[in-house]
Amino acid sequence: MSGIRATRRRRQSVLRWVVVTLCMLFFAAPLAGMLDFTTKDAQGNRTGATWAKLVDVQGVSRDYPDLAAGFTASVGLAVLTVVVMLVLLVPTMTWVRLRLPGLSRTVEFLCLLPLTVPAIVLVVGLTPVYSWVTYFLGESTIWLGFAYVILVLPYAYRSLDVGLRAIDVKTLSEAARSLGAGWGTVMVRVVLPNLRTAVLSAAFLAVALTLGEFTIANLFSRTNLQVAMFLLGKSDAQVSVAVGLASLVFAFLVLFALSFVGGRSPSRKETS
Amino acid sequence: MSRGVAVQLTDLRRTYSGVNALDGLTLHLEPGELVALLGPSGCGKTTALRCLAGLEDPDSGRVEVGGKDLTRVPTNKRDMGMVFQAYSLFPHLTARQNVEFGLQLRKQGGEQRRRRSTEMLELVGLSAHVDKYAHQLSGGQQQRVALARALAIEPQVLLLDEPLSALDAKVRTQLRDEIRRIQLEVGTTTLFVTHDQEEALAIADRVGVMRSGRLLQLAAPQELYSRPTDDFVADFVGLTNRVMGTSHGTTAQVLGADVPLLPGSASEGPVTVLIRPEHLTVTQDAAGAAVVISSSFLGAQGRVVVSPGENLHQVLVQVPSAVVADFSPGDRVTVRPVGAPALAIAAG
Repeated sequence: MSGIRATRRRRQSVLRWVVVTLCMLFFAAPLAGMLDFTTKDAQGNRTGATWAKLVDVQGVSRDYPDLAAGFTASVGLAVLTVVVMLVLLVPTMTWVRLRLPGLSRTVEFLCLLPLTVPAIVLVVGLTPVYSWVTYFLGESTIWLGFAYVILVLPYAYRSLDVGLRAIDVKTLSEAARSLGAGWGTVMVRVVLPNLRTAVLSAAFLAVALTLGEFTIANLFSRTNLQVAMFLLGKSDAQVSVAVGLASLVFAFLVLFALSFVGGRSPSRKETS
Repeated sequence: MSRGVAVQLTDLRRTYSGVNALDGLTLHLEPGELVALLGPSGCGKTTALRCLAGLEDPDSGRVEVGGKDLTRVPTNKRDMGMVFQAYSLFPHLTARQNVEFGLQLRKQGGEQRRRRSTEMLELVGLSAHVDKYAHQLSGGQQQRVALARALAIEPQVLLLDEPLSALDAKVRTQLRDEIRRIQLEVGTTTLFVTHDQEEALAIADRVGVMRSGRLLQLAAPQELYSRPTDDFVADFVGLTNRVMGTSHGTTAQVLGADVPLLPGSASEGPVTVLIRPEHLTVTQDAAGAAVVISSSFLGAQGRVVVSPGENLHQVLVQVPSAVVADFSPGDRVTVRPVGAPALAIAAG
């Protein structure tokens, strides 16, 4: 019996590695193609000229001002989106769980709703809103962050919901309150530290989505990283593809870093 | 060490979706006293404790602590320590950091906090575990830290919401005794909520039995057990036989003998008398009307279940364990009350 089980385990292990390898090839092949394309000159010789251009920050600002502006705007958008999303969602979801559990279905429905709305429909709906935003706050790409908060709601909601389900928020907050903590202290010193992984996960998803967003920015005639890359592709395809590859690698690195940080819970430390 | 203050709950009412969780509860705790609220699930005991803690707002009524009206004061301003039924240690903090949490909020200095947390963790016997996180502690240890955390802030009142119910029997008994020792040592007025009568009787100065949001009886454990004023109290606290009889004012004729009746008993006519198993005797009697149904050895004591006769409910009799083997199913016996006062309610 144990021999049959061992054989079955070996087969499953082999199958697992085959699937993982195929998936990695599926993702790696286009990246390898992009790398290949950006490291060849017109004669087909290997060159690092395209990447050298990108590393020269001053040169990029001078030669590709739209790209520099798009990159700056996307970073700003990512920060604004993450901050607004967390400020909006974490207290709301915690409060609903603590005080208004009957509303949890409604909040979940509202947060998941953007998944069902195509970007073009969202833009049509947001256009009159943004005319007011422009009127009050001025014309800047950064205000697209409000629309992006709507886009990231479903993913952020799911991450935070998993985090909140993993802890007994009600008992922890009541314990903190009985010890003298106000609601602000409860959020900052009790809820957030125990939601760290969920918050980081939600933040990463928001960053990834913001850095990759094209449709809404383009339809609103704003220049973010993706729009700048699209425009650049018309005049210098190699630089455009190199920036695309760099942004993908950057996103992977952020994912890796956040997973690493999120996985290191202080509660797992060994005692002395 | 802190000394206790008086607590007064007056006519507290709280309704959830039309159900009265608290129906005019009035309760007074003397300074330094430990009062246990006992009752079945849904009787309102936890709601009463949460109203005192400020975690629930009563619909009406008044909460006073040390003579001050705290009815509308938020939880974090009430100066009460609380231990919950669920494990409530902050998972991202060590045992010491948990204990120091409330002290930090009170702006105590680092050295002072450290001294106090050391003192409290010593008090609950966890000096060797100060740097451990919740997941590295057993359930009993977690509840000990929670107790230390609640006491560290020197609360006016200590609230214990079924803190032992998640623990296994042996740890529960140990921690129960420790809670009592510590409570007597620090002298904090304490309200302890439980559904376990043994727990309540073992550690409380007084026990209150609740049902449907009302306090049926509040008395010292011994009095509650021996002189219940309500058939629900008699049934809920300890084991009780319901035996048919006839009341003649201050006594009742039951199983062929007179039993003195407790105040509040039904005074005339057919009654159901509530008699404890230890207040009955059973003897072998070939001519007896009663028949042994079963007998069981329980260590220090034994129990014999007897059918007293036709149309009568079976009764449980407590006997010394040495004689339990003398009774076998089918034996003819005689059952008699020993004459201890009992409560009688109108038969119906």
